Amino acid sequence: MELIIAKHYYWIVIILVLIGLYAMMTSTNLVKKVIGLNIFQTAVFLLLIVISTKEGGTLPILIPYEYLHLFPDPVPYVNPLPHVMILTAIVVGVSITAVALALVIRINIAYGTIDEDEIARIEQDS
Amino acid sequence: MISVPVSLVVVVPMCASLLIAVLGLTKYRCHWHISIVATFVSFIASLALLYNTLQIGRISYWLGGWEPPWGIEYVIDYYSGFVLVAITLVSLLTTVYAATYVKREVGESRDLSFAILNMLMVTGLHGIIVTGDLFNLYIFLEITSIAAYSLIGAGKKKGALVASFNYLILGTIGAIFVLIGVAYLYMITGTLNMADLRAILPVHYDSKVVFAAFAFITVGLAIKFALFPLHTWLLSAHSLAPAVVCSVLAASILKVTAYALIRVMFTVFEAGFTLEVIPATEILLVMSIIAIIVGGILTAAQTNLKRMLACSSLGQMGYIVLGVAIADQMAMTGSILHLLNHSLMKGGLFLIAGAIIHKVRIYDIADMKGVGRKMPLTMAAFTIIGLSMVGVPLTVGFVSKWHIAVGALKAGMWYIIPVIVASSLLTAFYFGRVIRNAYFASEGSDQGSSSKAHDHAHNQHGDRNSESRSEAPPGMVIPILIFAGLCIILGTAAFIPVSIAEKAAIMLLEGT
Amino acid sequence: MEAVHSIVPIYAIAVPLVASILIGLSGKKPNLREFWSITAAVLQFSLVASMLPSILEGNTIEFFLLTLFPGIDISFRVDAFGFFFAFMSSFLWIITSFYSIGYMRTLNEHSQTRYYICFAISLFATVGVAFSANMFTTFLFYEVITLCTYPLVAHKETTTAMKGALKYVVYLLGASLAFMLPAIFLTYLTAGTLNFDTQGILAGEGTDVLLIIIFVLFIAGIAKAAMMPFHSWLPAAMVAPTPVSALLHAVAVVKTGVFVVAKVILHIFGVDLLFQLGIGTVFIYVASFTLIAASIMALRQDNLKARLAYSTVSQLSYVILGIALLTQSGITGGVLHIVLHGFGKITLFFAAGAIYVATRKTEISQLNGIGRQMPFTMAAFTLGALSMIGIPPLGGFLSKWYIVFGSLEAGQLPIIIVIVASTILNSCYFLPIVYAAFFKESAKSPVISDALTDKDSSHVTYRTSLKEAPVFMVVPLALTGIGTLVLFFVPSVFLDLAKMTALTAIGGS
Repeated sequence: MELIIAKHYYWIVIILVLIGLYAMMTSTNLVKKVIGLNIFQTAVFLLLIVISTKEGGTLPILIPYEYLHLFPDPVPYVNPLPHVMILTAIVVGVSITAVALALVIRINIAYGTIDEDEIARIEQDS
Repeated sequence: MISVPVSLVVVVPMCASLLIAVLGLTKYRCHWHISIVATFVSFIASLALLYNTLQIGRISYWLGGWEPPWGIEYVIDYYSGFVLVAITLVSLLTTVYAATYVKREVGESRDLSFAILNMLMVTGLHGIIVTGDLFNLYIFLEITSIAAYSLIGAGKKKGALVASFNYLILGTIGAIFVLIGVAYLYMITGTLNMADLRAILPVHYDSKVVFAAFAFITVGLAIKFALFPLHTWLLSAHSLAPAVVCSVLAASILKVTAYALIRVMFTVFEAGFTLEVIPATEILLVMSIIAIIVGGILTAAQTNLKRMLACSSLGQMGYIVLGVAIADQMAMTGSILHLLNHSLMKGGLFLIAGAIIHKVRIYDIADMKGVGRKMPLTMAAFTIIGLSMVGVPLTVGFVSKWHIAVGALKAGMWYIIPVIVASSLLTAFYFGRVIRNAYFASEGSDQGSSSKAHDHAHNQHGDRNSESRSEAPPGMVIPILIFAGLCIILGTAAFIPVSIAEKAAIMLLEGT
Repeated sequence: MEAVHSIVPIYAIAVPLVASILIGLSGKKPNLREFWSITAAVLQFSLVASMLPSILEGNTIEFFLLTLFPGIDISFRVDAFGFFFAFMSSFLWIITSFYSIGYMRTLNEHSQTRYYICFAISLFATVGVAFSANMFTTFLFYEVITLCTYPLVAHKETTTAMKGALKYVVYLLGASLAFMLPAIFLTYLTAGTLNFDTQGILAGEGTDVLLIIIFVLFIAGIAKAAMMPFHSWLPAAMVAPTPVSALLHAVAVVKTGVFVVAKVILHIFGVDLLFQLGIGTVFIYVASFTLIAASIMALRQDNLKARLAYSTVSQLSYVILGIALLTQSGITGGVLHIVLHGFGKITLFFAAGAIYVATRKTEISQLNGIGRQMPFTMAAFTLGALSMIGIPPLGGFLSKWYIVFGSLEAGQLPIIIVIVASTILNSCYFLPIVYAAFFKESAKSPVISDALTDKDSSHVTYRTSLKEAPVFMVVPLALTGIGTLVLFFVPSVFLDLAKMTALTAIGGS
């Protein structure tokens, strides 16, 4: 129990990953699959954000020398690198979503449906 | 020693894609010229880089001048230099082919966007090989994949759209698995640079997080290169896409993901960890053997030419993993060689399938009768590459099989031999069937007599192989012939690739 | 014995390859095309023959071509045995070329260019095998032979031809990939080299079990030698045109098979090692079984070519038997039998082809009285048949004599019984044909006239007077028939070479 509470942020990530995977696997609607994919991606982004935080951490901004006297103690700051990485990963995620949705639109034009089972049926008939 | 910045192979295609897009707004169309020049520059640069590496060893390039491990580092060593040459070559040849092919088969309207996406894909492919940074690897992997998803859907067949969508879903899951693995490694070490990770990680080798990271990255990449149980997306994606895209998918994308896996297993982690601390190689060994056998049987059951070619990639990727899993220096050499050799073979084969479809609209193997007479050059190339796939001496296929087989025997794994033999026989069966169909015009006895009467008439002016030749345009035939020619040249003068691959294998296994 | 470096072997090997290109280019001019075939055959034979003096002095001629990668070379070494084989093949190629021209033109066959190209390539590969200096080079050319004879066997492109050719390629390619290649892997790993050595390269390496496995793999892999149970491709390949059958049986394919088996026995394992392992004896009995069983099967064939095919299966076992005796005379006899069987069998096949071209008859039961129509052909056939049986003064007697002698040396008395039995069986399946051809009245049965009417009857008119095949065919078959006779009286060159082979192999012991 303590483990669950102490590491609650990890549990949230795990739950989100599972929700995403579940949506991708079970739904036959292609748009829902894309949504599942997004949840899955976001969960992993959160994981990277979570590992970069520190308790009481501040912005990782370099303080100019003349203001340094305002901060007598050295301040812990949040590691910026994961944030940068996630920024990039979000861009990747958005691009993938865009491509996926574009494909769904073309599938809809070609088959007249976005349901996986229906498409399989049409493919079999032809 | 020619000084070439490593970034050239990535930056040139990337800029080319932008340039094509900008110029596309004007009426002046020269997108394929730009593409060919860009890939050609990459190829020459990669040759120069390989040459330099062989002279002075590892080349490191700091992107933007930032010192690693903070900045992104591009690395050329024996391993990446070798694979880079293979992939840039495939990029060049497929781009040349595409310049003729796309207009005719995909459509005039998609010509421009095809060129742009193709350049982006090439950027990603080259990037995966040269990067020395794990997160950067993920990014390049995704750049390649996004371009590939779109290109698969570019064909005229509507089935390609669904195939592309399925590939997208599974490919993204694979990529995110890689990302999770990268995140774990970062959690433990606080760095993303491969060399840096290698130095820091040994302290943490007993940590469960490192195990998890290794597992996630391996599985993620294995999905992307369709190791046996994770191969479901491959068949339709690799067979329904336009032929030139199939060629890149099989020859380059599968290869660079396998490349990345070997990179992670032996450069990010030490060989000692991969081989001894965790049972990764045992699992991979079993999976690759299953992939080779089941892949072979599945392939033998295919009736559609492109689907057969797609299917045979399963077994061939199995070979690459097999050599790695045996973990003998010689077998490892075989694996690295097979990265190059299978690129040449499968790249060429898909281009040939494209040429056949373009010229005579034949999709099924059973319909191929007489193609050998109509397209003698193309089918000669097919025969050469087919023999190479079987592993006949003097072709590249033999070189890699020899190394993997002898490596297996050296490691005491005699049971690998029947596997290789069985798969060679299966390969001989399914390629033999195509070649036989293509060269012998008639099969039924009644057809035989009628065609004989026909021949008698023709014998007056000589033989009938002169009748109605119609090859694909030179822009398509030349890349095919180069692929087939290289299969023989590099299979005969095999000491050139073998000596480099050997150095790469020693470097990976011994870390020097 | 010294090694001479010379490029002549390469020339001898390359001539047919160059010729095949020229043949391909001149496909539209049949006369020019045939000119290239003949020129190449003559040139190749002269190049091979030019090495004779040096070989007879006991030298070997070596040439190193290239290294594929460390451990795998393509290199050539001409020793007495290899020379012996190349000498015979290239000589018979000249005769077969003339015969092919007669056969193909008379029947007005299709795809003649393909036919001549493949023919030339198969000679390229056969001489390549003969001159190989290591197992890898041998394997390479061995596979080339399989692949380039496939179109020849399938030449007619009818359903049966395709089926027969399929069986042919599946047996040969399948066995070599499944057994021979692993055997090569194991040899390389055990001995660290693949280069042939007169004393064998495996002696003192590896465990006995491993060596026996390698041996069995090799023997199973070399399906071209048509040892039972890997023999059934040979009768199936009978669908090929007759000159191709001659090529398969006398010049290139099966001879390559026994040649490679002999190479494995003598130059990979070595006589001493096989003695020590004791598998020679087992092998002798396998060969004996093939010898007898194939003869019995031959008795039951009515199709002339099929009977000849089973006869080949049986005769090849003589070669293997002789070599597997591992004694001086045995090896001499086995090696000698390669050439004697070559001359005999090629005569028989040429005769069968001539009969087919002249009368379209393929079954033995149709041959009554054919000797009166085609006296030259059937006279040559008789010579060939008598040589097969081993009656003096014909060549076949010599090799049998040596093999009998060899089995006495080896103390294998049962083998003599086997040889006697097979001689009786040989007589049983050859003599009736000769008898029927010359002494039985030709029955004007409706079967024959039926067979004639639906074929191209323009140049087959039915009469019992002299009606030989074209001169292009009769002359070659008469030559080879006389050859079997000449070889008995003047065997010196071949006998010397065979003795040298045996001596170098036994040498150490």
